[in-house]
Amino acid sequence: MTGTDVKTILHKDIVKFIRECLKKDHPDSYLIAVLHKVQGRYGWLSEPHMAEVAQLLQVPTATVSGVATFYHFFRLRPRGRFAISVCLGTACFVRGADEIVEAFRSELGIGMGETTQDGLFSLETSRCLGVCALAPVVMINEKVYSKVTAKQVPELIRQMQEG
Amino acid sequence: MGKPLAFYEALYRDMEAARDATGIQEKVLIQVGSATCEKAAGADAVMVEFTKLIQASGRQDILLKQTGCTGRCAREPVVGVFFPGKMPVKYEEVTVPKVQTIFQEHVQNGRVVTDLMLDKRTDTLYNHVVTLCSSRSCSPDSGRTLENRLKRRLDANGVDPDTIRIFQGGCMGLCSPGAKGNQRVMMVYPAKALYHFRTDQQLDEIIQSHFVRNEILSQYLTRTDFITENFFKLYGDVAFFNKQTRLTLRNSGLIDPESLGDYVVNKGYEALARILDGKDSRAVIDEITRSGLRGRGGGGFPTGAKWKNAITYTDDPVKYVVCNADEGDPGAFMDRSALEGDPFIVIEGMTLGAYAIGARKGFVYIRAEYPLAIERLERAIRKAEDHRLLGRNIMDSGFDFEIEIRLGAGAFVCGEETALMYSIEGKRGQPRIRPPYPTQSGLWGHPTVINNVETWANVPTIILFGAEWFGRLGTEKSKGTKVFALAGKVRNTGLVEVPMGTPLREIIYDIGGGIPDDKALKAVQTGGPSGGCIPARLIDTPADFESLAAIGSIMGSGGMIILDEDDCMVATAKFFLEFTQSESCGKCVPCREGTLRMLEILERITSGEGAMEDLDKLERLGQLIRKTSLCGLGQTAPNPVLSTLQNFREEYEAHILQKRCPTHKCSRLLKYEIDPEKCVGCTLCARRCPVLCIAGKPKEAHEIDQSRCIQCGECFNACKFGAVKKN
Amino acid sequence: MKRVNLFIDETAVTVEAGTTIMEAAETLGIRIPRLCYHPDLSIEGACRVCVVEVEGSRNFIPSCATPVQEGMRIRTNSPEIRQARRDLIELIIDNHPRECQTCERDGNCELQDLSYSLGVRERLFEGKRKRHDIESSSPSVIRDAEKCILCRRCIRVCSEVQGIHNLSQLYRGFDTVVAPAFESPMNDSVCIACGQCINVCPVASFLERPSTERVWEALADPSRHVVVQIAPSIRAAIGEGFGLPVGTPATGQTITALRRLGFDVVFDTNFGADLTIVEEAHEFLGRLESGRNLPMLTSCSPGWIKFLEHFYPELIPNASSCKSPMQMLSTLTKTFYAEKTGIDPARIFMVGVMPCTAKKFEIERPEHFHPSGYPYTDAVLTTRETIWMIKAYGIDFTKLPDGEFDVPLGFSSGAGDIFGTTGGVMEAALRTAAEKLTGKPLEKLEFTEVRAVEGLREASFELAGKTLNVAVANGLNNAKILLERVKSGEKSYHLLELMACPGGCIGGGGQPYPPEGHYVLDPEVIRLRARALYDIDEAKKVRKSHENPYIQKLYQEFLGEAGGSKSHELLHTTYTPRTPRGIK
Repeated sequence: MTGTDVKTILHKDIVKFIRECLKKDHPDSYLIAVLHKVQGRYGWLSEPHMAEVAQLLQVPTATVSGVATFYHFFRLRPRGRFAISVCLGTACFVRGADEIVEAFRSELGIGMGETTQDGLFSLETSRCLGVCALAPVVMINEKVYSKVTAKQVPELIRQMQEG
Repeated sequence: MGKPLAFYEALYRDMEAARDATGIQEKVLIQVGSATCEKAAGADAVMVEFTKLIQASGRQDILLKQTGCTGRCAREPVVGVFFPGKMPVKYEEVTVPKVQTIFQEHVQNGRVVTDLMLDKRTDTLYNHVVTLCSSRSCSPDSGRTLENRLKRRLDANGVDPDTIRIFQGGCMGLCSPGAKGNQRVMMVYPAKALYHFRTDQQLDEIIQSHFVRNEILSQYLTRTDFITENFFKLYGDVAFFNKQTRLTLRNSGLIDPESLGDYVVNKGYEALARILDGKDSRAVIDEITRSGLRGRGGGGFPTGAKWKNAITYTDDPVKYVVCNADEGDPGAFMDRSALEGDPFIVIEGMTLGAYAIGARKGFVYIRAEYPLAIERLERAIRKAEDHRLLGRNIMDSGFDFEIEIRLGAGAFVCGEETALMYSIEGKRGQPRIRPPYPTQSGLWGHPTVINNVETWANVPTIILFGAEWFGRLGTEKSKGTKVFALAGKVRNTGLVEVPMGTPLREIIYDIGGGIPDDKALKAVQTGGPSGGCIPARLIDTPADFESLAAIGSIMGSGGMIILDEDDCMVATAKFFLEFTQSESCGKCVPCREGTLRMLEILERITSGEGAMEDLDKLERLGQLIRKTSLCGLGQTAPNPVLSTLQNFREEYEAHILQKRCPTHKCSRLLKYEIDPEKCVGCTLCARRCPVLCIAGKPKEAHEIDQSRCIQCGECFNACKFGAVKKN
Repeated sequence: MKRVNLFIDETAVTVEAGTTIMEAAETLGIRIPRLCYHPDLSIEGACRVCVVEVEGSRNFIPSCATPVQEGMRIRTNSPEIRQARRDLIELIIDNHPRECQTCERDGNCELQDLSYSLGVRERLFEGKRKRHDIESSSPSVIRDAEKCILCRRCIRVCSEVQGIHNLSQLYRGFDTVVAPAFESPMNDSVCIACGQCINVCPVASFLERPSTERVWEALADPSRHVVVQIAPSIRAAIGEGFGLPVGTPATGQTITALRRLGFDVVFDTNFGADLTIVEEAHEFLGRLESGRNLPMLTSCSPGWIKFLEHFYPELIPNASSCKSPMQMLSTLTKTFYAEKTGIDPARIFMVGVMPCTAKKFEIERPEHFHPSGYPYTDAVLTTRETIWMIKAYGIDFTKLPDGEFDVPLGFSSGAGDIFGTTGGVMEAALRTAAEKLTGKPLEKLEFTEVRAVEGLREASFELAGKTLNVAVANGLNNAKILLERVKSGEKSYHLLELMACPGGCIGGGGQPYPPEGHYVLDPEVIRLRARALYDIDEAKKVRKSHENPYIQKLYQEFLGEAGGSKSHELLHTTYTPRTPRGIK
């Protein structure tokens, strides 16, 4: 029984994707790809979603949990409407990314990996985004802001608040 | 001619016809960079604006195309405008208003907007531009000597040398074995003529014909091979590229990375066709072995030997090839740019490798943080499949090969090959002990060849031009070229490809344009968190595997961070250790526990709580981690600390003994003081201070209570009179 | 086999190709220090304690994982190697609680031993230490992540031997923790409570949930009538805790020790085993006749039963409805025995001395409570806990005279004795079923074909013109193989014996930590303990369960007939599918 007759909580596209994976060689090797899809749709990986992935893909739940927590790309908590990610690659570091981190922290009053009470902003750091030549960079949702300075931070936040 | 060659020729004809049908040869070509960094810099808006303007103008003779990264990251977005028969012009930092100016002035009215040109160069204003090959392996009197000689001869022939711009070029890869050592080569633009000469008399003949009579002198023309042609195309950017030799990046910034046609008409898939057309798979391995190609991911393992090893396991019919595109070094973006600029060359390289070892399936393992590279790669794979360059019966050869993309998910350690394989298998990316090596027992236990993006991208070019040709580039033990991602305190940050063995100085100064703001170079960090910090006094070291290892660093995958006098080496070492510590997979004890202990010691030192015996502990832990860690990440994690301890010990000692950071980078060691001479008592600093530790009456000099100061720097930033001093 | 010549510490040695450096060194009497290594689990290579110097190699090489090569020159000892090993152990200790004196594993801890023998006498690198709360939701297994040294033995045994995959490393680097999915409490996980993680843990990161306090209390309470029963495999292993050679039977001393501890009555679980056989044989013959719910699956091992409920709920109808021998005996104690002696069953405190941690879970199952609300079994002590209590009491075990079980629930046949080892239940069942089927006494009582020393065995017997296909598995990975064959219809079996632990109960999760010279799951230990049980069986006159006179009497006086209504009420049970669902 692989859940075919069970009502799923995951979106049907994801269920369909998993069923396609099951037809291929080494279906369990698609676990990371499936988790990418789940996060892509829901923004993060919740326990019920992961448990269902485990059942559908027939990968032990502990393995799913182990994989999801190993890779920093996967989020285990929902994040804010604006996910602010400060690049901490070398080039950004050399060009003052730590000051930007500090500026966001003090402006938003939250720490790394946290979300503001209103659910609007979450703050995280990322590994090198590969945009080193434009360092320092900040990614807010999918958009990359280049050559950011600490001084611009309050303005950036204001812009987002105003939508 | 067998079936694959016939297949290839038909493909080439189709693609060429398709290209010609666009009228590209006669039209005005506008090229907009479209790599991730270009997009971050606003390339999409530029593209949209050009589209609008072209439509509005109603002109049919303008072709707008996107291209990959040209490596000029610091000046992005870069736009090239190419008029047939005219010097290409490239514009930098193009914005929507600038698009309007460029379109109106240059495209519509033919007037180059010199103010907006890349690097503010006005090369187009010269009659001719000459690039001299300055390869050391080629001509003994390269460089300045040759330039002076040319100037003298121009003068003697009555040509004003000021009407001609002369550059020192990198190796052009033109030297035939026969001519090696005594031939000089120059490229002349815009005629795209490539001359070779030996004697002054021959040079005079060329000058008389080309520069005086404006006639190309065909008897001294060198066989213009394909690589050279690309130099011409890149010409609009010559100041940056003149010392470069672009093999793996040969199409990056030239072709539309989403156009298979562009790739094919630029010699794409010729190598594969030649091999599939009746060549034994051993021929590929032999050629790669003879070329001396070594893995570009960091290890430098001979690629041919790796492949040969994989085919010794004849009893296993299932084999895999893998492209490692999990570029994780902070500060490195070679692979991303390469895949965004020319995904096809990597696919062709993998296909050749798969044929060589008998694999029918390949994987590209790529970071999820690179959405554009993934998208381009996906499209490229689909296009290759559509044209039967991947899939079943490739080019009618009977050879089957498919490629699947697997995404990483943010784990630096997955760049390590065994961790990478576990990740492809959908597991936690934790390395395992080798042996067995992946060539014996790789993915799902089958022999697997793993090479990185740049290594695969070298393969088609080597097959195309031959091992001997490739072997002439680079040094005795490090053949070919290397791509570096130049970043940090350097003017021209970006991607550069140079022959192995090019001195660091040339990369930093001649290509990188030196250190901004007239600061002094302090160190060069190569190899990312696995590498070391090379002090400025060693910058004449050639960039090759052996030389960098000999001075305590590594080549790595090609990250090159330039540090200037303002950078604290202890803080830099701490930065890298923080990175590896947070990226440690946690499997083996020395890396998991030891890197944290080292980091704690560095934290003590940078906050003024270090003791001299801490340096011995750093050494002891560093050696332990290096010698006992399970994988390369752990074994190299102490390198930034050990190399700075070796080369910049005095900075560590200053932090410990004098409780002082010589570069004022370590905030915990900063002391802010108010100069009573300069302070006017405006009270601004006192009002800004978050801990209220600044006292003083209005209009009188203020003072900071050091015992309460938290070194936040607010007062320093606030003071309008320069009275707050950072010590 | 190809031979390889090499030098270890300047001594020439020749070994088979494929031998590791560690194994090669052992042939010379060199025992390279080790920690994460376990001979029966996959190679981890994570602790790095077993590193050696190999000539020509820049880095130190882990000897557990590296095969020898021709001409290798190895140094297992040098000042650098000794310092490296010492520093590695210090790094582990620096991230480990300083609680040795109050730790369950004090004096029996592999990390402590290494720290001592490698000379960690001061802390050079001490710093931040990980913090985790103790997780004690499970009645069987306590998880203390703060003590964990991340050797992954527990994960390996849980997946490679048991096929449960309940544990994984979560997070990474310094934050790595070993836990069930989502760090759920063990009780909300697919943990089957077998306790093998406890067995293989080199430190005290996994422990059984102790019941000793409750037992001490009951023993000290004059109002309680404290009854104890000992499982078949206890007598074969308990002596190890007192320095007796592995495989020394110690039935009589155990009985005496328990009496000295203050137990009022000492019964033998083996009596329950005999009863199980009679009931199970009856049940089996019924199914054989009707052809329904075959193959029948044995139900003595509570870890296996929990596994069935999580992983193969679709096969629950196939499981025998017989309670385990312990529960049969406990039930009879609080019914039959209480009735007979006139003791209020609510006053009886029933203790099981078991090789098993899953038994602690089993007694909390609602099916095992008397309708009036008290449990049939009040507490389960593992062999380890029992050894500790005997030591705490100051009893010199080896000098004790032999004691005798109390009757009637203390007499057992040889068939009951062998329940403690793999194939024992099958063999005991066959002794009874064969006679019932054929109606003739067996000529040869031993069914050696079903002694699954390698973990999995199949056999077929011709009985009364019928072919009987049976199979025996121990270790749940082996059980999975059989169950998959059943599900696919690849094999048609009639009876399967399934035991959660490797080797059966003698390899249980509550058995003593191995003595010097042996390791946990050591096949040699399993073999010797099994031998002890077979010796006990062979020495008995009554070797068939149905011939146990006290069993016969029990049916006459109390139960009526096998499979009858009273039997059903008292000796049979039910199972339910469990969540979370296990993934096979």
